[in-house]
Amino acid sequence: MQQVFKKPNALCDVNLHYCPGCTHGIVHRLVAEVLDELGIEGKAIGVAPVGCSVFAYDYWECDMQQAAHGRAPAVATGIKRVHPDKVVFTYQGDGDLASIGTAETVHAAMRGENITIIFINNAIYGMTGGQMAPTSLPGQVTQTSPYGRDPKTQGYPVRMSEMLAQTDGAAYIERVSVDCVKNVNNAKKAIKKAFQTQLDGKGFSLVEVLSTCPTNWGKSPIEALDWLRENMIPYYPLGVKKDKTTEE
Amino acid sequence: MAEKVLVKGNEALAEAAILSGCRHYFGYPITPQTEIAAYMAKRMPKVGGVFLQAESELAAANMVFGAAGAGARALTSSSSPGISLKAEALSYIAGCDLPCVVVNIVRAGPGLGGIQPAQSDYYQATKGHGHGDYQMIVLAPSSVQEIIHLTADAFDLADLYRMPVMIMGDGMLGQMMEPVEFDLGERRKLPEKDWATTGTDMKRKHNIINSLIMNPDDLEACVRARYERYEQIKATEARAEEYMITAYGTTARIVKNAIVELRKKGIKVGLVRPITLWPFPEATYKKYADKVSAILSVEMSMGQMVDDVRLAVNDKVPVHFYGRTGGNIPYPDEIIKAMEEIAGGDK
Amino acid sequence: MAKVVFNEEKCKGCYLCMTACPKKIIVIAEDRMNAKGFRPVEVLEMDKCLGCAMCATMCPDCVIEVFK
Repeated sequence: MQQVFKKPNALCDVNLHYCPGCTHGIVHRLVAEVLDELGIEGKAIGVAPVGCSVFAYDYWECDMQQAAHGRAPAVATGIKRVHPDKVVFTYQGDGDLASIGTAETVHAAMRGENITIIFINNAIYGMTGGQMAPTSLPGQVTQTSPYGRDPKTQGYPVRMSEMLAQTDGAAYIERVSVDCVKNVNNAKKAIKKAFQTQLDGKGFSLVEVLSTCPTNWGKSPIEALDWLRENMIPYYPLGVKKDKTTEE
Repeated sequence: MAEKVLVKGNEALAEAAILSGCRHYFGYPITPQTEIAAYMAKRMPKVGGVFLQAESELAAANMVFGAAGAGARALTSSSSPGISLKAEALSYIAGCDLPCVVVNIVRAGPGLGGIQPAQSDYYQATKGHGHGDYQMIVLAPSSVQEIIHLTADAFDLADLYRMPVMIMGDGMLGQMMEPVEFDLGERRKLPEKDWATTGTDMKRKHNIINSLIMNPDDLEACVRARYERYEQIKATEARAEEYMITAYGTTARIVKNAIVELRKKGIKVGLVRPITLWPFPEATYKKYADKVSAILSVEMSMGQMVDDVRLAVNDKVPVHFYGRTGGNIPYPDEIIKAMEEIAGGDK
Repeated sequence: MAKVVFNEEKCKGCYLCMTACPKKIIVIAEDRMNAKGFRPVEVLEMDKCLGCAMCATMCPDCVIEVFK
């Protein structure tokens, strides 16, 4: 018998701190699998955000740097401009990327910064205990939208992928989900393509991953997958939002 | 001997940074430091460097954080309100023990304030910028020539002690032209940056640049180690000239004129000019505390450095203050009058 | 012939693997807990395993190794 599935080498052999059933772990593994398959662990430099994935610097075997809340694209820009031949990526949540770091995200895309961003959208602030995120859905109950998010007073959720697809500098933007095996496999393909986009020097790449937060959604891990499928995917349609990678 | 050229303070600083091996500049326009960015935009591409105009001061400083972590000599510059925004990254840079140089060409505050020369950011520079227990080395040039030498020193000190170094001037110093030589002199030997995120190349364990330390004992030990390094810096790097009115930067130049006149009037007075604001040259003040009968601190602020002077002399001698703010520059006559009043009161 | 091996100590008891298994042969081990305090999973009818790795694909904690 041959081993057909094991922990990827680029993922550190440690216990991830995430809650049971949190899909951060799946996405961490997918990133590591892609680093392995493209053979780029040795030239990769990752940037960890503030949020649930704040400890991400301990989870990948490549060089890692932390960033202040929302500033990961700026930090990644600094690293990439020093080492244009290395592979620089950030891993950010929705509060980090789509609220406090919106300016850094949009401008990195507009500059066509040749970096890769893995964007976890779970429609809530996880680390601080379940507050409304920029991506929380209308009607979604959180600690800071206890009566359900009311767009009249609390605004509408932001579709970052669609917004970033409007920028000329973005080369590849796709939204994926990790709610089932098929979608996890698609997510990996998208992440691989995003890194390949950077390796080919094509410019800014971002993969938005619809992800679960069972703890703060108040659901079991399995219920959370269903909630994602039934509520998030209709509001955040999956698919490629921008692809300039085939252009010369 | 290098050739003497006539050059503006801000541009001298930018060129000195390039001569010091800085190839990464990240900035955002703000008066009165914008010449630094404009000069870098022109020069960096010619020397194979990077000039990047960021979307905000926040982003610019965090790009410096990234570049510094990646092992480069990185520079950003701004003026007072912009430095408030850069404070976030400075705290992270200090917390991650990274070297970088940040320039504050101070304008009058608070708020949007004005764009005239001021020294009202002394507290911010020496006592608090970002959050947490940390310090920056703060250098205060008072001539364009000194800007060149202190810029080279700033990069060396940053690399040697792995911490952010600020060069603090004001609009007058940044905008004035003086004849200078671009000769950096002998430089120190500096350690290798084996901690930088350069990619493991699969040849070493991964480098992690991080300031998040969840265990209180570990964090305390880390901060204490940093403060031991600060003590070493205080003992070896503090510099000052030795006289009796005390002032730094642009103000010190005006004080020198006042001193010439005061001496003509028979008042024995000299200048103590801190070149490093942090570490503050306490020893110099202590040395004179028994020898002078009064100290006058002259600043373009409502009195900030004066607190450090008082702490340094520890009530052994009265410390007076004279200052202008809002972008007003003190005239020599005002300083002479203030000193005469003190000298008269002593008689 | 295929089999799965669970690193029980890493398991957080989320049971996403159970929903992914096309043969529904992954069950909760009711007789024991790991050091974290979770009931891990086990396969009692290993002869039915396809080695498809769908369980491992959904596992957030790299608990599962698959052999075929």
